[in-house]
Amino acid sequence: MKSDRESLFSARNMKLLTNPLNDENPITVQVLGICSALAITVKLEPSIVMAISVIAVLSIANVIISLLRKMIPPRIRIIVQLVVIASLVILVDQILKAFAYEVSKQLSVFVGLIITNCIIMGRLEAFAMGNRPWPAFLDGVGNAAGYGLILVIVGFFRELLGSGEVFGYPVLEKIGLYRIGYEDNGLMILPPMALIIVGIIIWVQRAKNTKLIEEN
Amino acid sequence: MENLINIFVRSIFIDNMIFAYFLGMCSYLAVSKTVKTSVGLGIAVIFVLGITVPVNYLIENYLLKEGALTWLSPGFADVDLSFLTFIVFIAVIASMVQLVEMIVEKFTPALYNSLGIFLPLIAVNCAILGGSLFMQEREYHNLAEATVFGLGSGVGWFLAIVGIAAIREKIRYSNVPAPLRGLGITFIITGLMGIAFMSFMGIKL
Repeated sequence: MKSDRESLFSARNMKLLTNPLNDENPITVQVLGICSALAITVKLEPSIVMAISVIAVLSIANVIISLLRKMIPPRIRIIVQLVVIASLVILVDQILKAFAYEVSKQLSVFVGLIITNCIIMGRLEAFAMGNRPWPAFLDGVGNAAGYGLILVIVGFFRELLGSGEVFGYPVLEKIGLYRIGYEDNGLMILPPMALIIVGIIIWVQRAKNTKLIEEN
Repeated sequence: MENLINIFVRSIFIDNMIFAYFLGMCSYLAVSKTVKTSVGLGIAVIFVLGITVPVNYLIENYLLKEGALTWLSPGFADVDLSFLTFIVFIAVIASMVQLVEMIVEKFTPALYNSLGIFLPLIAVNCAILGGSLFMQEREYHNLAEATVFGLGSGVGWFLAIVGIAAIREKIRYSNVPAPLRGLGITFIITGLMGIAFMSFMGIKL
């Protein structure tokens, strides 16, 4: 019962929130949730919307599963988890269609694909099934934020280098780079560059953080 | 017939699940260490996509779409259940995977043993749900088109995972910069393969 007296923002709880940003980043270290991540990072705005949607779905799903964890029979837990996730994703999808229709069109099927985003299943299975609601909530926010961080970095570089804009604002044109002969790199808009940028992010991160380097 | 071949080739090369949409990347990265296992997973994906896409096509057109229920009674003409799409599709996929697993186990134990743990894993593979959602978004005209699209997407995924597995087996003998080893170099190779696959773009059949 000691954990009852533990304060809400104790060092251990804060670790749940900050670890996934670097040492245990879902994308670059745990290799989860790449599926729906990369196709929507052509511009910064959909990347941010996607990040917020995943934070909402993952943190709420983590809390719900953590509250239900003693009631769910282990044999059918995957179906229960899928139902919880799918209902939350339907909510997010309807809200996006109502209040941000343009972005919802750009994200197209990828909102629905949050359901099969491995981060969500992975965290529910690995953390929420065995922990109390508050740590589960922090874990959800932390992991989704780690995922969102990568999305935003990739989205920023692809929009800046690919179309010379940030949030649709023509930054490079205002600085006057085009007048001295600069051209946008059209390759950045195409899907394969997202993979290469993530590869470079992994490279930079592991060069700084040498304990993450793999053997072979 | 020409139309079907067109859809098949398009879904393998031009709209390749991995190189154009990044679907199914999780298992693609995790299972592509050896060619043998990736062949097993690839076949399982072709199998499941070829079954779930047509089943979901029927459900979409006879249950969920606006006015789809008119075959029951004309009074249902303005019933629109499309907000249920995600939950119905994922339920169909999860149960289909279970069903396929049982059938394969009963009739071809050899195939079952070689697929092993990959079959249940496929339920949460984004490529499967993605296939159904793309089928819905692109509005194929009949069941044959939807089936061919499902099979083609599966074959495209199979090609991609076998290709990367073969490259990863070879790259083990190369001197890759330490921070890039493992995951990093796999991402970059996939990106380069994606650029190569883009040369199929613009092919009109």
